[in-house]
Amino acid sequence: MNEKSGERAAVAAGDASHPLGPFPRRPFPRREFIGRAGALAVAWSGAAQAGAPRDEMRRGMLEAIADTTARTAASTGVEAIDPEVMTALDRVPRHEFVPTEIAELAYENRPLPIGHGQTISQPYIVALMTHLLALAPHHRVLEIGTGSGYQAAVLAELVDSVRTIEIVPPLARQAAERLPRLGYDNVEAGLGDGYYGWPEAAPFQAIIVTAAASHVPPPLVAQLAPDGVLVIPVGERFSVQMLLLVRKRADGEVSVRQVLPVRFVPLTGGPR
Amino acid sequence: MNGGGSPPGPGFLLLAAVALLSAAALGYEVLLTRLLAIVQWHHFAFLVISTALLGFGASGAFLMVAGSRIRIPPGPFLALAALAFALAAPACFALAQRVPFNVLELPWSLRPFGWLLVIEVLLAIPFFLAATGIGRTLIVFGDRLSRVYAADLVGAGAGAAIAVGLLYWLPAGRTLDGLGAMAALAGATAAVRAPRPARWGLLAPAAGLLALLLTGATGWSELRVSPFKPLPQALRVIGATLTESRSGPLGLVSAVENETVPFRWAPGLSLLARAPVPEQVALFVDGGGPIVIPRHRAGAAPPGYLDDLTSALPYHLLERPRVLALRAGGGAPVLQALGGGARAVDAVEPQPDLAAIARSRYRSFSGGVLTDPAVRLYVGDPRAFVEAARGEEYDLVQVDALGASPSGLDALKAERLLTVESMRAMLARLAPRGLLAVTGWSQLPPRGGPRLLATLLDAFAAEGIGPAAEHLAWIRSWNTSTLVASRAPFSAAEIAAVRSFARDRAFDLVHVPGMEAHEANRFNVMERPWFHEAAARLLGPERADFVRDYKFDIRPATDDRPYLRSFFKWAHAFEILALRRAGGVGLLAIGYLALPVALIEAAIASAALILLPLLLVRRRSGARKEGTRRGAALAGFFSLGLAFLMMEIAFIGRFTVILSHPLYALVVGLAAFLVFAGLGSWLAGRRGPGGSPGGGSVAWPAAGIGALAVVYLAALPDLTSALLGAAPGVKIAAATALVAPIATLMGMPFPRALARLRQLDPVLVPWAWGTNGCASVLGAALATLLAVHHGQTFVIGCAALLYGAAAVALSRMGRVPRQDGGGRRQSLSSEV
Ligand SMILES: C[S@@+](CC[C@H](N)C(=O)[O-])C[C@H]1O[C@@H](n2cnc3c(N)ncnc32)[C@H](O)[C@@H]1O
Repeated sequence: MNEKSGERAAVAAGDASHPLGPFPRRPFPRREFIGRAGALAVAWSGAAQAGAPRDEMRRGMLEAIADTTARTAASTGVEAIDPEVMTALDRVPRHEFVPTEIAELAYENRPLPIGHGQTISQPYIVALMTHLLALAPHHRVLEIGTGSGYQAAVLAELVDSVRTIEIVPPLARQAAERLPRLGYDNVEAGLGDGYYGWPEAAPFQAIIVTAAASHVPPPLVAQLAPDGVLVIPVGERFSVQMLLLVRKRADGEVSVRQVLPVRFVPLTGGPR
Repeated sequence: MNGGGSPPGPGFLLLAAVALLSAAALGYEVLLTRLLAIVQWHHFAFLVISTALLGFGASGAFLMVAGSRIRIPPGPFLALAALAFALAAPACFALAQRVPFNVLELPWSLRPFGWLLVIEVLLAIPFFLAATGIGRTLIVFGDRLSRVYAADLVGAGAGAAIAVGLLYWLPAGRTLDGLGAMAALAGATAAVRAPRPARWGLLAPAAGLLALLLTGATGWSELRVSPFKPLPQALRVIGATLTESRSGPLGLVSAVENETVPFRWAPGLSLLARAPVPEQVALFVDGGGPIVIPRHRAGAAPPGYLDDLTSALPYHLLERPRVLALRAGGGAPVLQALGGGARAVDAVEPQPDLAAIARSRYRSFSGGVLTDPAVRLYVGDPRAFVEAARGEEYDLVQVDALGASPSGLDALKAERLLTVESMRAMLARLAPRGLLAVTGWSQLPPRGGPRLLATLLDAFAAEGIGPAAEHLAWIRSWNTSTLVASRAPFSAAEIAAVRSFARDRAFDLVHVPGMEAHEANRFNVMERPWFHEAAARLLGPERADFVRDYKFDIRPATDDRPYLRSFFKWAHAFEILALRRAGGVGLLAIGYLALPVALIEAAIASAALILLPLLLVRRRSGARKEGTRRGAALAGFFSLGLAFLMMEIAFIGRFTVILSHPLYALVVGLAAFLVFAGLGSWLAGRRGPGGSPGGGSVAWPAAGIGALAVVYLAALPDLTSALLGAAPGVKIAAATALVAPIATLMGMPFPRALARLRQLDPVLVPWAWGTNGCASVLGAALATLLAVHHGQTFVIGCAALLYGAAAVALSRMGRVPRQDGGGRRQSLSSEV
């Protein structure tokens, strides 16, 4: 009881100290720091609720991910998801990141609506993207498109510091409250335009752009560290068509890979 | 039934009420199509016809089951139905909008399937009400129904035009209120002659409704656009403002500005782009888009980013070209042309409101690019412009095909500008060394690109351009590709220019004359050089095999099958469906998927609402007569229902090309089919009693339909291209004239067969009628499905054959003992 009211207070404080009112009209960076709403309230409320069935469902999700990865290895070049990424996925309470009405679907291997016309990616795609970022704990990671905060939480399990930017105010606010509440106080969540990245914190070893993009924002490529990787899932809300992988070599040259996340050969009897 | 017992004939007021209500019902069909395209996606258009038929069918079933027990006199009954319609038309749509249906979730869950069924039934309610009101009036006036019937048809014909008028005058969201007001007026008209207490009991609510609808006090006018469409997405972003919104029959155009997070729409922008993307204003048509207006200062050099798109390639191959830019309303393609050194630009924009917004509100924002002396802007259909521009000579025809959704939501949208016939016309407008350039999305695995090339290759062959490989250059970024076709073979210098353009921007070569395989797939690397391989195979001798064996449908798009973006092949359906959770959802086109789903739902809904009620009747009715072949009869009526709708939908499909917009095709097609089929069944009824009741009564019209179908199949292609450039009035008249004879004949078989069945075995009549209704609900969805795969002429052919089959089946249902034939009773279902 005490814990809960403390939590609410912390959240309220977070909101009050960073009102997302009128957006300042200044050119760069187009972003507002929302803050770590609740360094005090780090109680992982998910742990209390997540009983055995949820663990089971989460295991089912991991199995689906492993299975799909194995089946798509020939086209993605990924034989298996890095065990650390799998552990991270096992630890993040995905049901905390989706609207309560659809919480029972949280561990299905499918994308889910998170309100405001946005979606949370299919777990398999989240796993594959995270794997492709080849993270190490000291890596600095930037995410464009916080959405529910789920992807950010997965990243936060793997590295020391994650920055994430969201452009839809209610979503940004929600994630800024949710992430610290679930114990992810190594995530800095901001409201604003991700197109220009986060120059003060650059360079990044990994950037993930989960927001729809008509092109790869040049500022993001610029903020990529040597040997850094940028991943963009390409497609529409409920369907990822391919993953775009931009790699910056040590000499600054940039290369692009287009990964089809499915084992599919468009020609019958064609080259396999 | 003949003679003395009939009630007095219908008075003028009653006829006027019938006409008004009938107009409202047809108007509702047209408006729903438009409104669903705004709040959902274009592919729900075909659903509307099916839904309308569902409502009509259910109403018929209802009247058969309960009609005889209705005690209310015709005037007040019609008034009641009309008032109920007046309320239901806007209310049901408002309710349907609240159904949490999300088509995008179709690959992931069965939920949308159920919700779609709910929507279909909700939207069918107003059709049910109108049909019940009119149907009962028809029944009551028995053998003097011809005037009622005429009023019904005149009203329906007018309703189509009224719907277009409403779309002009009212904001899209208010059009249903307008329609409801018209129905309330119909109710009042029908009530005026009612006996005292009933009269006021009807007129008072009519007045109330009228006031409610005219003032918009219902609050139902809000259009709840799917939150997953581009416009609501853009509006959720911090700093977004909707600055202007204009709605008309051709679409709802919305302009969005965002100073905080400016739009930077630049699909395919080179990773090596030097210049930043300037601020843009975004325009959305029916919530889809964006089409952008880049900020530009008059007199300054056009923004550099436009030169770092794949679509800039042709400007590196031409000196001071005269350019035709198709779909250029936002001005970006025009700016790109001017930046690329164009000496003159003819820009064509199909959306009048979009052009108007770009030219007025954003004139100075865009540096007046559309009013530049070197630029002429034409507002109209690009395809029609190309066909009419005989005698013009362009150095470059630039086509922007990026407007359609890249992920298959527009799979069923007819792309009239990129068919073999259209490409031929564009090639024919080129100067001797002129270029045709088409820029579209490049999905992975490739499908749109290969199909575009296959289409172009057919156009090349027809225009005598070849060898094709020498006339083609094709490049891609990770999300766009630009295909450039040249009338003359590419020179060595031009080939070098293509290579350096691509290299400097990290674009990949898909094809240039003399290209080696290892040059492909260098910058944007995929598992295999899929694009290059596809191009090589399509340009090689095994092209037909390649097209056949490809897992997506990449056959050339034609005017007959203008579905450039529908790639689904049933042969690979199971493989693709099985992969949808294994990362393969991107292989599915949801726009297409909605079709078979709708077909299944049509079957469920029509069985439940049309056949089920009849089942109740059968229990109560007496034993059937011996000697009637029940199977033959029902098969015959089923075929008639399918055939009618398939023919109608196929014609509307063809008219989409001729009349330049699906809405006009729908309006002209619906009205013409309804009116002339009505005329046909009236004629059939007239001859019925006196003429022979033998099989000839159905066989002759069927034969006539077959003969006309053959003529149309032969003549349609030439007619289409001849008409495309004509004036709108001429097009509409010609389309109507095309429909008139065949629709008149199509109106005949049903009433004749029904009359005969009534003599043979009256117990079967409701069943015949119900099967026919179900078949028409199915036919509407089935026709689209078949057209996507096999083309409209195939559907027309099928429909003609079905008429033949129906004639045979109906001639076998049994012999009629010679006696006077009776009813001319009509069902709405055969006429819509
Ligand atoms: C697919 S969702 C991201 C899902 C999220 N990663 C998760 O795990 O829930 C994409 C998000 O990007 C946001 N977005 C779109 N454009 C953006 C931009 N320019 N900068 C930052 N965020 C953006 C959208 O509002 C949306 O919430």
